[in-house]
Amino acid sequence: MSNSIINILIDGVFMSELDEKTENGSVGAVEEGASGEQKAGGDSGTGYGVLFFIGAFVVCFLSGWLLFPNLLYSKKEQPFNFNHALHVEEMGGCDSCHSFREDGSFDGIPKTASCLECHEELLGETEDEAIFVSEYVEKEKEVPWLIYSQQPDCVFFSHAAHVVKAGMDCRSCHGDIGESTTTKTYEENRITGYSRDIWGKNIWGMKKNSWDRMKMDDCAECHQEETGSKGACFQCHK
Amino acid sequence: MKVDRRSFLGLGLGAAAGVAVSPVAWKLMDDSSIWTQNWPWTPVPRDGEVTFDNTVCSLCPGNCGLSVRKIDGRPVKIEGRDDYPVNTGGVCLHGVAGLQYLYDPSRIKSPLKRIGDTFEQISWDEALELVATKLAEIRDAGKADSIACVTNHGMGTVPGLFQRLLTALGSNNFLSMDTMDKAWEKTLEKMHGVHGTLGFDLENAEFILSFGTGFIEGWGSPVSNFKANSSRKERGAALIQVEPRLSNTAAAADTWLAANPNTEADLALAMANVIISNNLYNTGYYVSGFGPGFDELAAMLKENYSPEAVAKTTGIDAAVIVDIAKRFAKSNAPVAIAGKGKGSTPGSAREFAAVHLLNCLAGNINTKGGAWILSPQDYEQWPAVEMDEVASQAIEKPAMDPAGSVAGFFAKAGAEKTVQALLISDANPCYALNDAKAITKAVQDIPFVVSFSSFMDETTRQADVVLPSHTFLERTEDLPSAAGMARRVTGLATPVIAPVFNTKNPGDAILAIAKAMEGTVGESFPWESYEECLEAVTGDLWSDLSDQGYAAVQETAPATRPSVDFSFVAQNPAPVEAEGTEADFSLILVPLDNVRIATGSVASSPFAVKTVPDTVLAGKDSLVEMNPETARANKLSQGDLAVLETPKGKATVKVNLFEGIMPGVIGMPRGLGHAMEENRYVSGKGVNINELMGPVMDAASGLDAAWGIRAKISRA
Repeated sequence: MSNSIINILIDGVFMSELDEKTENGSVGAVEEGASGEQKAGGDSGTGYGVLFFIGAFVVCFLSGWLLFPNLLYSKKEQPFNFNHALHVEEMGGCDSCHSFREDGSFDGIPKTASCLECHEELLGETEDEAIFVSEYVEKEKEVPWLIYSQQPDCVFFSHAAHVVKAGMDCRSCHGDIGESTTTKTYEENRITGYSRDIWGKNIWGMKKNSWDRMKMDDCAECHQEETGSKGACFQCHK
Repeated sequence: MKVDRRSFLGLGLGAAAGVAVSPVAWKLMDDSSIWTQNWPWTPVPRDGEVTFDNTVCSLCPGNCGLSVRKIDGRPVKIEGRDDYPVNTGGVCLHGVAGLQYLYDPSRIKSPLKRIGDTFEQISWDEALELVATKLAEIRDAGKADSIACVTNHGMGTVPGLFQRLLTALGSNNFLSMDTMDKAWEKTLEKMHGVHGTLGFDLENAEFILSFGTGFIEGWGSPVSNFKANSSRKERGAALIQVEPRLSNTAAAADTWLAANPNTEADLALAMANVIISNNLYNTGYYVSGFGPGFDELAAMLKENYSPEAVAKTTGIDAAVIVDIAKRFAKSNAPVAIAGKGKGSTPGSAREFAAVHLLNCLAGNINTKGGAWILSPQDYEQWPAVEMDEVASQAIEKPAMDPAGSVAGFFAKAGAEKTVQALLISDANPCYALNDAKAITKAVQDIPFVVSFSSFMDETTRQADVVLPSHTFLERTEDLPSAAGMARRVTGLATPVIAPVFNTKNPGDAILAIAKAMEGTVGESFPWESYEECLEAVTGDLWSDLSDQGYAAVQETAPATRPSVDFSFVAQNPAPVEAEGTEADFSLILVPLDNVRIATGSVASSPFAVKTVPDTVLAGKDSLVEMNPETARANKLSQGDLAVLETPKGKATVKVNLFEGIMPGVIGMPRGLGHAMEENRYVSGKGVNINELMGPVMDAASGLDAAWGIRAKISRA
C-alpha cells in the first residue's frame, strides 16, 4: 500500500500532465491489450523507483543522523588529562579554582601561576602531572585548554550576575563536570569553530538537562521562567 | 533490472526526504548563520583579566596622566587618569589613540646603519660602538665643540643625560626644539631679569585675554585648558580672543576681537596705554615692584599707542579697546596669554613682552588666577661632570647659537658647515622647523647624524646611524610640566608594555655610548641603567614619583613678586614683519593649528587623521581657508585646485571658503604633508606648511618669530 502511495507521489510530483498525455495519447483506443502490457511495464518501473526511493531515504536518513555529526565535528584531545573529581576532593568547591577577580569578572580557567601554589613540583606520579610540570610549569607557559563551554565572541555574559546575584549553581549550566575523572574529547564544529557542547551532544538539539545545551534559546528559556522575560537583545549582544 | 527515469526520481526524492527528516538541514542552517558572524577579518576582543597601568603621556608638552586598560597584560585602551593633577580624567584624541604608535608601520624595528641611500640592520652593540668610536674620533681631532644635540623637549633626566654627554664631550651645543616656552623665558629675562618659565593659573583666572592662542585647540597643556574652559561659565570667567580668524577658541570666547594679523602687540600696548592713562594699574605692585622704565613706557605708549591710532592698525574700534582694557584691569584675576595656535613655535619678543606687560600692570604676577614666574626646574641632582683637558678647553667655546634657538643653530650649521656630529632625540626638525627643506639640507651636510627616534620620520631618514627608541608607552621617563602650566607637576612615565621591537630607552643608549668611551666621558656616567640614574638623580622626588606616578612640585603661587623692568617695551621695538613684499605677494599666509592634527615632532596617529574634517584635508589635498572676497579677487571658488606660492616655495592646495577668516589672509593647516613612506596613514596627506614658510629671526630674542609669510594664490 505504501508503495502505491509513493508511486502516486512520484507520478503526481514528477510527471507533468504533458508527459501523461504523451504516454496515453500514443495508445490507440483499439489496442487495449498492448495498452495493458505497457501498464504492466510501467508498474515494474515504479517498483524500481520505490526501491531507489527507499534506498536513498535510508542512506540519507542514517547519514544525517550518524555520519553527519562525525563529519561536522573534528575531534581534539586536551593537552593532557585533568581529573576534576580529584581536585574537588582536595580543594573543595568549584570556586576554589574558578573564582571571581577583584573587579567582579570571572577568571575562567586558572592560569598556570595559580596551579603553581600546589604544583610547583610533581604531585603524584601520573603521566599527565609529568606533562603539566615539564611542559607548562617549568616553561612558564599557559596550558592551551580547549574550553567546552566557550561562548561566541562578542556575546556578553556575566558569571557574577548568575552565580553571585541570582545564586545559581554551577551545575545548572555546566552539569556534572566536577565529578569527571578524565577530560573528554573536545569536538569542534568545522563550520563555526565552536565547541559541540554549545549546541549539545544531541545533534537534533534535544536536551534532558538544563546543562545539555547552551544556545540562546536556552538562556531565554531560563530567563523566561526566572524573570518572566526572555530579555532584550542588547542585554547580551552588545 | 531496468533503471529508468522513475528510478532516478525515486532516488532524488528518497534522498531529499531522508535528509529532511535528519538534523542536517536545520543544523547547517544554524551553523552557517554563525559562520557568517565569524569572518576572519572581524576584530574580536580577546578575553582575559582586566588590569590598569598608570603612565604619563609625552606626545605633547601637556604631559597628561594616563590609565591604560590591559587584557591579560596587553594594552587595549587609553583613558585619562582620574587622580592626575594635570588632566583629572580627561584625555585628548591623540592620547586616546596612543596605542597606535606602538604598532605604527613607520616604527624602526632595530638599530640601523646608513649604506648609501638605504639602511642596513645592525646589532645594538655594533651601533653603540659605532657612535662611541665616531664621537671619540671627533673629540680626538680637537673638534669636541662641533658635536651638537637636539632633543624634542629640554627638561627631565633623558634630555639631562644628552646634555651631560655633550658637556662631558666638551660641547655647549645642546638644544631643544623651539616652542613658546623659549619666548616666555626670553620675556622673563627682559622684563624681570630672572631665569625661569611663566605659568598661567587659568583654572582660577576670571578674565582670560588671549592673544591668538588656541586656548581650547591644543595650546599649552591641552586637556588642562579644556577643563579650565569648561569651568569658565560656572566661575563667571570671561574669555576674550584676539585673532584674525574665527577659530574654535574665538567661537567659544565671550568676545572675539578680529585684529589684523601681526597687530596683537599693538592691541596689547594700546590696552596698556588705557590702563596706565586711567591709573588702573595695580598700585600696590607699582609701589613694590615697578622698576626702571615705567615713565618712559607711559610716555611712549601715549605717543604711539592711543586707542584711536591702534584702532587703525588693528581694525578694532577704539571704544572696544578701551572697554576691554578697563575690564581687564578691574577684574579680580585677569591674565593675558600669548603664543599662537598650540604654542609650538616661539613668537616675537615684542608681542610676548606687550602681552606680559598687561599682566604686570594688572599686578597679577604670582597671584591666584594670574601669571606665575616659576624658577627653573631644579629637582634633578646631577653629580659634577668629570671633565678632562679636552672637554675643559672645548667647553669654553661659545655655543653656535647664543640665543639657544634651534632655528638659529641650523641656519648657522647650514651656512658654516662646521658641525661634525649631530645627535637627535625624539625631535623632527627636518619636518617641524620653518623652511624644512633648508633644514634637511643642513642636516644632510653634517657628516655624522645619529637619530634616537621611534619612527622613520623626515629627520631620521637623514641619519647615518639610527638607535631606535621606545615609544612613550614603552619607556620610563620623568616628565616635568611646561607649556604654560602654573602648577608644577613632574610625572613619571612607566612602561605599560614590553618593547614591541628591538628598541631602547634613549637614556640607556646614552649610558651605553658614554661607557664605551673611555676616560672621563664614561666616568661621568656612573649608573648601570637609566632607571638607576633616574632614581639617583630625582632625589627627594623619587618616592612620590614611584609611589603615585607623579610629584606635585609646586601647587600654589610663588611667594615672591619679582620687580618689573619696563625698559624693553619702553624702547618700542619694531614688529617682526612677514617675509616677502606686498608687491609680489599680495596675501598673507598664516599657519592654522588644528586640535586634531599633531604639529610638532610626532606625526598624527591614523585615528587622528581620520577625524580631520574634509574642509581641512580632502584625500591627499590640504585645504586652505580664505574669505570669499579673497577668492573672488583671485578668481577662485570652493573646491578649486590652486597654486599657493610664497617666497619659500609653492604647493598645490584646494580652496575652502570661510567667512570667518579676514580678507587678504589665507589660513593653512599645520601638521600635514609628512613624508614617512612606511606610514601610509599620515604620509603624503596634504602639504607641510613649513616648506612654504621661512624663519624670521627676531633680533630682540634670537628666536624664529615667523608668524606667517606673504603669499599669492592662483587657479591651478
